[in-house]
Order: sequence, then C-alpha cells, then structure tokens
Amino acid sequence: MLLSMNWISDFVDLSGLDRKALIRNFTLSTAEVEDIIEKGSDTYGVVVARIISVENHPSSKKLHLLKVDTGADVLDIVCGAPNVREGMKVALATAGGSVAGHPISVATVAGFTSYGMCCSEAELGISDDNSGIWEIADDIPLGTDIKSVYDIDDIIFEVDNKSLTNRPDLWSHYGMAREFATITGRELKSPALHSVAPYDSLPEVEVKVKATELVWRYSAIKVENITRRTSPVNMRIRLYYCGSRAINFLADLTNYVMMELGQPMHAFDMRKVDKIEVQTFDKEFNFTTLDGVERLIDDRMLMITSGDEPVAVAGVMGGDASKIDDDTTSLLLESATFDGVSVRKTTTRLGLRTDASMRYEKMLDPELCRLATERLLEILLRLDGGARVISSFTDAYVNRYPTITLDFDKRYVDRYTGINIPNETIVKTLTGLGFGVKLEGDSFTVTVPSWRATKDVTIKADIIEEITRIYGYDNFDVFTSESALLPVRKETLKSEEDRIKDILVKSYRLHEVHSYIWSDAQKDKELGIETERGMRIINAQTPDHQYIRTTMIPTLLSFAKENKTYADTYGIFEIGHTVNGVRENGLCLEKSKLGTVLYSKTESEESLFMQCRDIVAEIVSDILHSTAVFESAECEYGFMHPTNTFAILVDGVRIGTLSVPHPTVLANIDKKCAVAFFELETELLAAREIKKIRYSEPSRFPGMDIDLTFNADISAVNLFALESLAMSVAGEYLTAVRVKDIYTAEGVSALTLRFSFVSTERTLTRGEVQESVDKILGAFAAEGLTLKN
Amino acid sequence: MKDRIEALTASFGASLAEVADLDALEALRVEYLGKRGHLTELMKGLRDVADKKAAGQLINSFKVDVEAKIAERETALYEEAINAQIRRAKKYNPTLTFPREMGSYHPITLATREVEAIFESMGFTIENYAEIVGDYECFEALNIPKHHPARDMQDTYYLENGQLLKTHTSAAQNAIMKKYGAPLRAIFPGRCFRNESTDACHENTFFQMEGMMIDENISISNLIYFMKTMLSEVFNRDVKVRLRPGFFPFVEPGFELDINCEICGGDGCPSCKNSGWLELCPCGMIHPNVLREGGIDTEKYTGFAFGLGLTRLAMMRYGIKDIRDFNSGSLKALSQFKSI
Repeated sequence: MLLSMNWISDFVDLSGLDRKALIRNFTLSTAEVEDIIEKGSDTYGVVVARIISVENHPSSKKLHLLKVDTGADVLDIVCGAPNVREGMKVALATAGGSVAGHPISVATVAGFTSYGMCCSEAELGISDDNSGIWEIADDIPLGTDIKSVYDIDDIIFEVDNKSLTNRPDLWSHYGMAREFATITGRELKSPALHSVAPYDSLPEVEVKVKATELVWRYSAIKVENITRRTSPVNMRIRLYYCGSRAINFLADLTNYVMMELGQPMHAFDMRKVDKIEVQTFDKEFNFTTLDGVERLIDDRMLMITSGDEPVAVAGVMGGDASKIDDDTTSLLLESATFDGVSVRKTTTRLGLRTDASMRYEKMLDPELCRLATERLLEILLRLDGGARVISSFTDAYVNRYPTITLDFDKRYVDRYTGINIPNETIVKTLTGLGFGVKLEGDSFTVTVPSWRATKDVTIKADIIEEITRIYGYDNFDVFTSESALLPVRKETLKSEEDRIKDILVKSYRLHEVHSYIWSDAQKDKELGIETERGMRIINAQTPDHQYIRTTMIPTLLSFAKENKTYADTYGIFEIGHTVNGVRENGLCLEKSKLGTVLYSKTESEESLFMQCRDIVAEIVSDILHSTAVFESAECEYGFMHPTNTFAILVDGVRIGTLSVPHPTVLANIDKKCAVAFFELETELLAAREIKKIRYSEPSRFPGMDIDLTFNADISAVNLFALESLAMSVAGEYLTAVRVKDIYTAEGVSALTLRFSFVSTERTLTRGEVQESVDKILGAFAAEGLTLKN
Repeated sequence: MKDRIEALTASFGASLAEVADLDALEALRVEYLGKRGHLTELMKGLRDVADKKAAGQLINSFKVDVEAKIAERETALYEEAINAQIRRAKKYNPTLTFPREMGSYHPITLATREVEAIFESMGFTIENYAEIVGDYECFEALNIPKHHPARDMQDTYYLENGQLLKTHTSAAQNAIMKKYGAPLRAIFPGRCFRNESTDACHENTFFQMEGMMIDENISISNLIYFMKTMLSEVFNRDVKVRLRPGFFPFVEPGFELDINCEICGGDGCPSCKNSGWLELCPCGMIHPNVLREGGIDTEKYTGFAFGLGLTRLAMMRYGIKDIRDFNSGSLKALSQFKSI
C-alpha cells in the first residue's frame, strides 16, 4: 500500500522531524516499509504563466510558437501540445529549472529558440495524462511557483500489505497517522466532519438486510443536486501518488475517503438505485461489474440489490449499470461493514480483488461507517456548495462487536518483557494508540478501541505487543534466562538415523540424496515400475505426483539411472518417510525408511548385493549389537527380482528387504550395469531393544582352529543355520564358526569352515576337541553335509 | 693341541674371508661351532692332553674368537643384505593412484547438524516429528482457526483421508509440549511442504527448524539474547539482530528477526535490498492459546518460539543458487558435501 506523508501530516504535525527517518523506523515499530519515494524534489523552476499568443510553426504541423507571460517576462516558447490556446494558464518550466529530473535550458527547436517548456501533468509526474499541457486554474497569479499552490512535493512510502494482515486500522492514512503520533509523542488531530444528526428527521433510505449473518452494518444516505465534475488538483495528486487514477469527482471522493479512513464506500447513481437489499441468491446468474466484466455469481456471494435487481457484489465491486456517470447529480451513498471471511471467499471465487475487498478481509471496524459518511459529506459539501442531503443517515447496525476490557498489572508486563518499562510509558503508549487506560497502583484496566477490537487485540498478550513495539525492541536490555540446567535428550530415532548416515557415508562412501514424499509416476513409467496407488494427495500439482510413496526404492532407482554419467560405481541413499496404508483410526501409517541403491558398470550384481548385505549387517551390528538374518522372501513389489529378494530379520522381526532389480527394470536403468538395493524401517531399528555389551575375559590358554571342508550346494546352504547348529551341539569350547573358503567348479561346490575352540581353564587336548568335532560332523551329516575327502 | 688350534685359526680366517653371504656364514658356523664341528672335536681331544687346564683355556679363547668374528661378520652381512634389498626395492609413485571417492552428506544434513550442535550445547533437546499431520496440529493447535487468512497464506497439500503434509515445523509444537511439559527447551528440524510451483527460488518441499523455550519468566529480552547468541554461532560472527513486528497467529507478540547484512556490513547492497538488514527468521512469544492447547499453565509459564529456514540457511551457507538442486538427486551437485 502506498501512503502519502502530506496526507498523514493532515492529522499529525511532524514538522521539525526527519520524515524519512521516521518512515524507516516505522518498520521497527509497526509494519515493514518496502520503499520510500521522494516526489517533486527533482521538479523546480516551474511557474504559472499565460499564453498570450499562439502561431503555427511555418513547417511543422504539430508545433506552435507561443509567447508566454510569466508576470516578469514574456518568453518565446516552442510547444507541441495540441490543446494550446490564447489566454490559457499553464505550468511553465523555465530555463535552469527541472521537470521530474529533466533539466530545462534555452534550446532551439525546429529552427526557433524556446526559453522553456509548457508541462503536461504526466511530465510533472502528477498524473498519467499526457494528452496535452496542464491547464492551470485562472485565479492563480502569474509567476507563482507551481509547487507553492499544488502538493507536488511529497514523500510516498510503500508498506508491505502482508505485514498489515492483522491491522485493519492501518489500511488508511488516518490509522497510519495515529501510529506516527504515538511514535513521536505528538497529538493526533481528528478529521473534519459534517454531522448527519441534523438530517435525522428526513425520510430514511429503504434498507433491508436479509443476510444478517454476513453483515455487521449497512448504512446509507442520499444526496442530490451535485454539479461538480472534477476533483481539486491536490486531491487528484494524492490519489495518483497513492496508486489510484482520478476518474470523476464522486468516484474520486469515495476513493479518497477510503484511503483516508479505511472505510470502503460505494456511490450508486440514485436514478438507478434508490433502495437497498443485502442478500444472497439460491441460484447462479451473470452480473456485469463496473469494470465491464461479466461474472458468474453463485449462491454464497453476498449481493446488494435494489428491489430484486443486483447492483453490486457486496464489499467487492459495484455493478456496471448503476455506476456513477459523468452526468450523475444524485447518489445513494453506501457505507457498510460486510463479513470479512465472506468477502474473501467471494474474491477468491471471482478471481477479483479490489481495494475495498482487501480492507473488508481484514475485519473492518463497523464504527467507521458513520465517521466515513460524515467525512465524505464534509468534503463533498465544501467542494460543491449546491449539493443537498435528502435522507436521514439510515443505519442497519445488525451485528455488534463486544467491547473488550483487559486487566493486567505491571508484573505481567515485566515478566513478558524481561525489562522494566515504567507505568507512565505504558499509559502514554496505550492512550496514544486509542486505548482507554485506567491505572490504580500497578494495576491496569484497558479498554480496546473499536478499530482494534474486531480480532486484533483480544487478550492481555496483545497489549504486550502494543507496549513493546512502541518502546522499541532496539531499546531492550538483553539477558539470558534464569532457567535451570537440565540434561539434553535426543530423540532416539533421530540419533539412530544420524548414526546410519555416518556409517553409510564414512564406511561405505555412499552419497546422501533427498527426493519428494510422493511417487513420480512419469519416472516410474520410464523404469517400467508400476506406481503404487497409495495415499492420495487431493490437490497435487500434477496427477503424476498424486500418490505418497510406499517405498523409497523407485525414486532412488531413478536417481541411479540419472547419475549414469557421474561415475562407474556409486551408491546413494535417502532416509525419508513413506505412507503404508492407514491405521485403524484412519490416520496415515507413516514410516521412516532408509533406502539404499548401489550401481556399477564394472562390478557384478552379486558383488553389489553382497555389499548391501554387509552394510545391513553393519548397521544392525552397530546400532543394535545384534545380527541381521536374511531369509528368502516373496517380492513385495514388481520391481524386485523374484529369485533374489530377501527379508532382513533381527531377532525374528522383519526390519527390511534386500533385493536386486527385476531384469526389465534393470534394462531400463542401463543396458550394461548392475544394481542392488535394500530398504530398512529405521523406526524398527530405533524401537528394537539394544543388546548390552557383555564382556567375557579372553582365555589365557591357547585355542585350536580346526578347518573342515564339506560337500555343499553353495547356493542353498544357510550359514546362519549351520553356525547355530554347530554352536548348539559342539559344547562349551566352540567359540566361533567362520567361512574359510568357498570352492565352486562345474557341478560341484565345497565349503571350508573354520571351527575355533578354546577353554578358559586349561589348554584343550586333541581328544577333547575331537569329541566336539565328531558331534558337529554328526549334526551336519544329518543335514546332508558330508566331509569332503 | 696348540698346533691344531693354530691351524684351525688360520683355516677359519681363510674361510671367513671367503664368506659372501649369510648362508655361507651359517655353514661356517656349523663347521666350527656346530654339534659335530671343529670345536666339539677339540673338546673331545682334551682327553688325551696332559695339561687340561691350559688346553681348555686355549680352546675356549679360540671359541670366543670364532663366535665374535662370526657375529661381527653376520652383522656386516645382514646390513649389506638389507642395503641390497633397499637398493633393489621398487620405487613407488604416489601420484599414480586414484583416491577412492568419498561419500557425501546431503547439504541439509550438514546444515541441520551444525545448528543442532549449537542448540545442544545450549541445552536444547532435539526432536523428530512426522511429515503428515492433521489439521489440528498444523493449524488449530497453533491458534489458526478455520477461515483464518493465515491458512490462505500457506497453500497446503491435503490428503484423501483429511490429513495434510505439514506446512511448517510449528506443527510439532503441540505434540512436543504435550510430550515434555514445561520447562522445555527443544528444537525440531523437519521437512515441510507448500503447494506452489517450483522455480530457482521456490520449492514445494523444504526444511525448517523450529525452536521453543518454555519456562517461568521467559521474556522478550531472553528471546533476543538466545537468537543473537545462536545466530552469532551459526554465522560465526557477532551478528547484530533487530526485531520488528510480524504477524503469526501462534505467537504474541510476533516478530520478524533481521540480521545485519554480512555482504555490505549494514550499509545497504542489492542482497539486502539496500536496507542493511536480512530477514532471517520469524519468532515471537508463544501465544497463550498455543501454550494452553499444549497443556502448559499460562499463568506460570511463558515461552518463545522461532522458525529457521534450514534450506535457506544451507543456500546462504554454501552459495547454492537454485533451490531445486536439493531434491535433484544429482551427484554432480550433491557429492561435493563431503565433510561434517
């Protein structure tokens, strides 16, 4: 929103203060200032002058040769404007002067000397009218500096609208002036008003509010015999500087009052609208708004009607048919407060946001309705002496906000601020902002002004903000808290995930990646993966992204493919969330999972698979001090390889899956490459009970290693099972079973295991060890494993 | 006996002179000092000698002499052998090896850990939270009732079961207050989602870190202290902070916190839009309604909360210009983040 410092100065005297510095500091106490624009400072040496003769240029059709009287001199001027005429008063920029930064000097134009320039409004930067030169009112004496009669000099600043979301009162110059008055400690002046009380005896306007739940207040008054057509120059300049084009006197006037007091107003042409109903319709219909656009009105949009004829979208925009024309002389003036939520929803559905709707959305103060009417009448009657009020101020005040009173004491303020702000400062600040303040001892009773009570200030803590922002956060003394020292806890899952990342990055040199929580159907398709139809996002930006992923692996396979040119061999992982169905209560079953994919152009798939196996084993061993067990399992997804998919179990609980891609998926990743992957549910890792380290003293006696080679089908043998079998039959001296060697050749394969024996009490004899070995051999033979000769 | 010893001394000397390597020396040692060597023979000869004592001394000094010479020769030969081994050794070229590529962390992980470490050192608990939450956690418990404009500010991804993808880490505030009660000092980093189109500056998926401190008498003054201390650690310099009013329904008063611009030192430059200040994180005193909803006694406790944009911090920290690089999966980009 653009604000004029001249306009604000109507209500607070800021003389003697650095106004630009004030605006900059406004960011710290009230709302963010985005820009400060100095108007008029690069325009000077422009005076009022009269054209005393006009001659056509001998060779140019456009140019005229003028003699212009500045009161002191008569100057020759070459001018290209079409509207020049003898006797016209103009704004003449004289040599040595400047017009909006363009220096003016004596120049030769098309063979004639020109001693200055007649300016258009656009050239002076006070409107966008460049159709001709600006005609100055006849009553202004020649030679007058144009800037001494017109408010070309101004400081305009732009406030970020977002930072005013909660401040309906600041969508106006008057509200802003109240802030400046409080910040500077100066007095806030009331706007001049024309009381409507004397018209109470006149007939009422016919106003009927049907949709009472969407309206706080609807007031109207009728005025006739208005003859003025254009706004005064200074009013037009202010409107233009604040981003609004001058239209005609009545339209400008409603805009002006809205910008000044924050109350949107609408002027209906009384010839077309002489009574008011406020209602919604139960059917859809088309309605042309005053911008000439036909819009579809639905059953939730609040409409103003005259009889049953729709004449405006309440709080948004008036209708084209009932708008003020150049020949309008009588009007029905609306000053109303509509429900903010309803207006916001209407603007969203219409795709139409206006200066009025933006203000209504913020929850306007209904008390403004009468004030704004009285302000508008004051200006109207001052500028158009013939205008006549012909109705009473008709006021349908259907809903009222309650008055809010808040009690608190000095201790409350001290506790919140952590510093000592004196009672007098608190009283002065709150009073300046319009709060009613009663102080007894250290106890405050504060009445919230109506313009802050619509939603902004409702509780004690809101008062703290008012006190502290005006006090200034830069003025705060800064202290650490007096809180007790307590041990720092770290959520288990988070710690475990951090450890997993360290293992993967440091021990296995993998790369961590991030992706999206939803599946990418397009990428899945490229890999030949069918996207799991999991939990659906109802407002996804594209249907390809509408399903929340159920597994981390497809995205990682896509990444593996996309990084083909990065290196011959690499591994990537991501810890992220998936949704695997819903719980009994209907909420998502959200899981945290680690997905890891290894890719290589040079290594075998089996080698990558074994590396995955090693990584899983290390994670389980590091985090749980336990052993991961792998069991052949059914494929959960079509992208997994039917032969080589394994469940990862810890103490009988499945925590994940180890697999390699289905051949069709692999072929889509790369023609010649190997890929292996695994997925772990990290929550299950964190939830599993960590095995405690139990120390056993190493034996002081020598141990004995026995290597035994068995005939065994390597692809079918289960080492985990063999190890536990040996352990269970061999007796106390067997401490470890390790794979020593694996031999495979055409049709035969053999497995050499090393059995380690030791006693903590003595050196074992051959006989004792042989006894154990015999038990192992017996048990293995029963499983079909025979000793190789 | 004496003659025999002299003859043996002479032949030992001659043989020793011819010894060229350790194997030959070992053969010589066996020849003289071995079980069936010359010395054993000499000792056997003692039986036939009258002056056994004198002969014994002669034999012994001969033995000592032989042992010493062999040992001396052994040392020399060993040294020579080692030197020869050194001379023969292959010269390696360290420039010819290709170091194994290191793994890498995602830049968000690095930035998160850095900030976590700072807060941990200041006594903050580190929490984890879901990415899918309900309307209650994300809005209602945060004093954002239905129809509140704040819900329009955040374009939310809604799921078919009525839940949603959390739009801010503040969604965890309620659960964490209920989990620990007061006093409480916690941070919780997390992934957040906004339904908006992506470009170099906008992502629909990004990371924030929320922080909360609740205790008796926590004040605005404390908030400024903690934010300044924390941000000075994060940016490794004595940052200046300034607070200005900011509107967020879950805090009251609410602030936008700015830090002085590092690039221009506060004089104004394009990075800080000529203001000398960079908007960094929203913060404020936790709204009493939010505390109450979290089961905290608002008469006894106050607290502050803040939200730090981790993705934005990582972009500033590492000079990442395109926010889409974070979720690109591109190892050419991501493999650069090696250390921790």
